[in-house]
Amino acid sequence: MWVRKNWLAVFSRVGAIVFKELKQLSRDRMTFGMIVMIPMMQLLLFGYAINTDVRHLPVGLINLSQSSQSRDLVAALEASGAVRFKQVYASKAEAEKAITLGESKAVLYIPADFPQRLFSHPNYPGNNNRAAWSHSDPQQPIAQWMVDGSDTMVAASIKALRNFPLAEITGQAYQANPAVLEVVQYFNPEQRSAVNVVPGLLAIILTMTMIMFTAAAIVREREQGNMEFLINTPVQPMELMFGKIVPYVLVGLIQVSIILGIGHVIFHVPVRGGLLTLFAAALLFIFASLTVGMVISTLVKTQLQAMQMTVFILMPSILLSGFMFPYEAMPAPAQYIAEVLPATHFMRLVRGIVLRDASLTGQTFDMVWLLVFTLLGLMFASLRFKKRLD
Amino acid sequence: MSNASQTPYAIETRGMSRRFDQSLAVDQLDLKIPRGTIYGFLGPNGCGKSTSIRMLTGLLAPSAGEINVLGYQLPAQAELLRPKIGYMTQKFSLYDNLRVDENLDFVARIYGLTRQQRQQRCAELLALYELIPYRQQLAGSLSGGQKQRLALAAATLHNPELLFLDEPTSAVDPENRREFWEHLFDLCQQGTTILVSTHYMDEAERCHGLAILEKGVKRADGSPQALMADMGARVMEISGENLRYLKQQLIAQPEVVSAAQLGTRLRVLVKNSVPEPQRWLQNHAPGSLIEEVRGSLEDVFVVVTGGRNVG
Repeated sequence: MWVRKNWLAVFSRVGAIVFKELKQLSRDRMTFGMIVMIPMMQLLLFGYAINTDVRHLPVGLINLSQSSQSRDLVAALEASGAVRFKQVYASKAEAEKAITLGESKAVLYIPADFPQRLFSHPNYPGNNNRAAWSHSDPQQPIAQWMVDGSDTMVAASIKALRNFPLAEITGQAYQANPAVLEVVQYFNPEQRSAVNVVPGLLAIILTMTMIMFTAAAIVREREQGNMEFLINTPVQPMELMFGKIVPYVLVGLIQVSIILGIGHVIFHVPVRGGLLTLFAAALLFIFASLTVGMVISTLVKTQLQAMQMTVFILMPSILLSGFMFPYEAMPAPAQYIAEVLPATHFMRLVRGIVLRDASLTGQTFDMVWLLVFTLLGLMFASLRFKKRLD
Repeated sequence: MSNASQTPYAIETRGMSRRFDQSLAVDQLDLKIPRGTIYGFLGPNGCGKSTSIRMLTGLLAPSAGEINVLGYQLPAQAELLRPKIGYMTQKFSLYDNLRVDENLDFVARIYGLTRQQRQQRCAELLALYELIPYRQQLAGSLSGGQKQRLALAAATLHNPELLFLDEPTSAVDPENRREFWEHLFDLCQQGTTILVSTHYMDEAERCHGLAILEKGVKRADGSPQALMADMGARVMEISGENLRYLKQQLIAQPEVVSAAQLGTRLRVLVKNSVPEPQRWLQNHAPGSLIEEVRGSLEDVFVVVTGGRNVG
């Protein structure tokens, strides 16, 4: 007998799944709480904790000079806000041991002849014959930093102190060296990490919750025995997939609102590109992430496996998407992998929209990619999902 | 089209087999199940009942053989068959964290009933299966018998022509089991063909037709009465002393299929090759009281499975 493709019936079946999922979700208080609590907690935690501008780094000191000039240098360095002297060591050997033990990340070594070095330094105010002087005598630094180079972030911020202006020590008017290259900060002029981290967290938190919810969705029905009944009904794989995705789109949008709300109120993250643009991009990303979960759900056999697969996708999403490290700085193979992940594309979209007022039309590639990813993923999941038990 | 409503059989299979890795779960099963009857699969756990039902519903593809259900070839036409069959799984397969009425409403939407049809049908089923007092309760909190009635309601919601029940009464007390069978006879009366698997003899005896399965092989089939009539052995009961010792002696005889103690009596199945079983037994058990009794389905089961399943 010919079964009529009845669109009302299709609608009824998708509606049944959506309705059922929402009912079940509302009964599951734990999950319901997590939908709200996960983004809130993580945003507060990471928004405060992740900070790439190293400030008030605790360091050690060896002061062999004990002169007023050396005390001026220490005071000036502390006043800059970059470091804070916590430990005092008597000798280089002692300091080296402290660095090896991890007690101090860096130690400032001030030699006994510090005042002489300071006065003869070409940058010292009053030493006018710089060029001639520096040719005649090898340039001598006034002091030395001993740095634990294993932490690149710490090493970089100490390195930035290499050309510390000597005028700060002498208290005279500061004469800036003319810069070779001028830098103008277009966005985020205060260089706050939160401005970059919060939009990135949007991508990470959505990746985690969206994939996790749907990765478990189909396996759960299989594990609890509901599937054997369900596949005996006229419901079609595509209807089942779609019906299971729709409720979590709502969940995703709720999370986006929470993250942006808190990000705006607490971390003063601007949304320059307009909320509508942002929600459009978020919607695309939510669909793509939910599809990843669906694909996982059709590949695995238990909910535990689904969780493991979720983490397998989550890790590169955190590390390669440009959330932690700049995409451009990664080697080509890592970039190819990153390019496959929806999180990478959303990371670009969201940072563009939130921080730089970029419009969606300028980022068509990322938008189209997310869309194509979703469609291919849904097709793959529907083909993988068989209405059979073998 | 291929739907041959004229055939008298709801289910017809030839050589239906299913292999899982190395083991053969179902071996060359031939079935002819007439429309409008209740047909039973009787057998111990692991005899291939569930696997057979899953193949007949199109959930499993057979490794070999032909399957025709309601005129559809399986597994190719499984999707066309789905709206016409109902399936009550062995394990409760509705949603524990939905209410009774929500579960039924969900199933009704899945089968594409309109809002009016939905409300009417759900109310009808809640009343029929005495679930009205529990309609607001979560399905997970129901008792075994209530869950089973809910599952039957869900499986019959779309008025299927053919209903599969996989060990429907395994988690239900005897009282509820009797009521459940009353419901099945009502459905049968209305023209539904029912295929039920069980390992209870009393349930099997209620079926119109029966297949006894063991290790994936059909050992016997027919109506319970016919099976009991031509079982190829006669049933004798011996009362007397030393029954344990007597049993040991008797089962050593090739003419005896089995001997099982029932309280103070020993129930002995003697092959038909013995012309006068009473006298034959008297020789082996002098001084005992021996009488022939009516055979039961359990005796049939013991005979066709060679006494392997009863001590």
